[in-house]
Amino acid sequence: MAIAKVCGTETEYGIRLLGSSADHPSGEPNAMALASMLVNAYVARVDKLVGWDFEDESPGRDARGFAREGSPPEIDTRLVNSVLTNGARYYVDHAHPEYSTPECSNPIELVCADKAGELVLAASIEAANRVFRDGEGIAVYKNNSDGKGNSYGCHENYLMDRATPFSRIVRHVVPHFVSRQIFTGAGKLGSEGPGANDEVVRYQLSQRADFFEEEVGLETTVKRPIVNTRDEPHADPRRFRRFHVIVGDANLAETATFLKVGTTALVLAMIEDDYLSKVDLTLANPVRAIRQVSRDLELNQPLEMADGRRMSAVQIQWVLFEVASKYAQVGGLACFGDEGVGRAVLSSWEEVLQALETDPMSLDKQLDWVAKLRLIEAYKDRHGLDWSDRRLALLDLQYHDVRPGRSLFQRLDMVKLCDPKEVVEAVDNPPRSTRAYFRGTCLRRWAPYVQAANWDSIVFDLGKDPLRRVPMMDPLKGTAEHVESLLEGCNDPAELLERLSA
Amino acid sequence: MAERELRKRVSSPKTDDTEEEVITPSDRAEKLKAEMDDLLDEIDEVLEDNAEEFVRNYVQKGGE
Repeated sequence: MAIAKVCGTETEYGIRLLGSSADHPSGEPNAMALASMLVNAYVARVDKLVGWDFEDESPGRDARGFAREGSPPEIDTRLVNSVLTNGARYYVDHAHPEYSTPECSNPIELVCADKAGELVLAASIEAANRVFRDGEGIAVYKNNSDGKGNSYGCHENYLMDRATPFSRIVRHVVPHFVSRQIFTGAGKLGSEGPGANDEVVRYQLSQRADFFEEEVGLETTVKRPIVNTRDEPHADPRRFRRFHVIVGDANLAETATFLKVGTTALVLAMIEDDYLSKVDLTLANPVRAIRQVSRDLELNQPLEMADGRRMSAVQIQWVLFEVASKYAQVGGLACFGDEGVGRAVLSSWEEVLQALETDPMSLDKQLDWVAKLRLIEAYKDRHGLDWSDRRLALLDLQYHDVRPGRSLFQRLDMVKLCDPKEVVEAVDNPPRSTRAYFRGTCLRRWAPYVQAANWDSIVFDLGKDPLRRVPMMDPLKGTAEHVESLLEGCNDPAELLERLSA
Repeated sequence: MAERELRKRVSSPKTDDTEEEVITPSDRAEKLKAEMDDLLDEIDEVLEDNAEEFVRNYVQKGGE
């Protein structure tokens, strides 16, 4: 059977300075400095900052006890790289604040962790704004484009079995990535970047589709590929692959994130089990198709398939849904750990496809692209505006504003899948179902002794050499079930390390 | 989260009213229009000033 689909998202947020110095041409702030200030403002709230460990792991090496002079260079960069008590990584990537959720064991847990990230950003803005003069401040957007040809990502990660051939993943996941935009799209006015051409695009489903130029590749910033080949498992590389997805939009709508992650996890599980071998959905031209789907607001444009058939994105999704439903009957939902979550993915998937086929605008409380389109159309009609009016572009941007007072998304009363209280708890507390529990709990209790941490290890500094590294090479070890009583039984990290090495 | 609760939430609002009075599509459209009207009434207070300049000055370089 397919292995558990441990998953996470990494969201780069758009950031800008507002106010008088921002308006001054020579006062344009260095974006990296601004992002660093934002992250620092958040982490300054905790007693001691714990840096991110960039040390490469090698599988056979038990690195516990490496000498201090062997420390990786994260000390210089730790001010913009931190690990939070919820197991997340919060840092500056190039010019953006980036929030990587902790590892989650299923899509609903990930929706909660992803929404918690929005709260972390909002809290960061509030903290950072205390140092600005009146009228100045930081604004942050959870979107993927500035509307001027510059894009930034919301990446997804899924744990996969190393034994699955990569070519099989590519073959079956590309049609899913092209067609899933009908529910994952965050919506965008116009077109830009590589996707800009003579065709007039008023509005399209996806923020990102314009930026994809290849089917498969390693790049993430130029010539972006639909399937990214980055191979950093952050786990035992003999057993695991981390399938890294760069093609998605950042979603605010919880149903959109739930379906984006849930359907993709299910498709990947089917690929692992070779359950799609008889299903040929290969597209003739995936790069062209991804833009066609994004621009097809009627959701019925046929795409050319490699075998000469023509299918719409909705039809492709129906085929995947039907196969997934059969897969569920033979135990396929075990990949979610909690089969109930798997059944919720299937029922939501079916319901959304039905609505997309009959009345897409009825999904305006569930999907970002629908909610935003409805808002823009209503505003346009009320004020009698043209599609080119910049007030509509402002609505497009401000839909994604993270600040509660400015967010248009938050005024739309969208369907919530997570209890808001659980989202608030996920700001400080890790999921209990993955190794993030061990990482987050160690940080919460013993931050002064944690010298550095990354996805697959924690390095303790007990004040005497050598540093002690605890490897965490299996994302499903270190859960609350495994280590909660162990951690509760230890008064200090020395005791923990003693018991771990016993 | 209990499965029943989650499935109820993922179920769209319009089909989730089995125990309440039946809501027809036109009722729903009316209700949504009223909600949207309320939002449009107050939205200008939320929107940033000077849309043209505000949108133009938002430029993001680097990332991923």
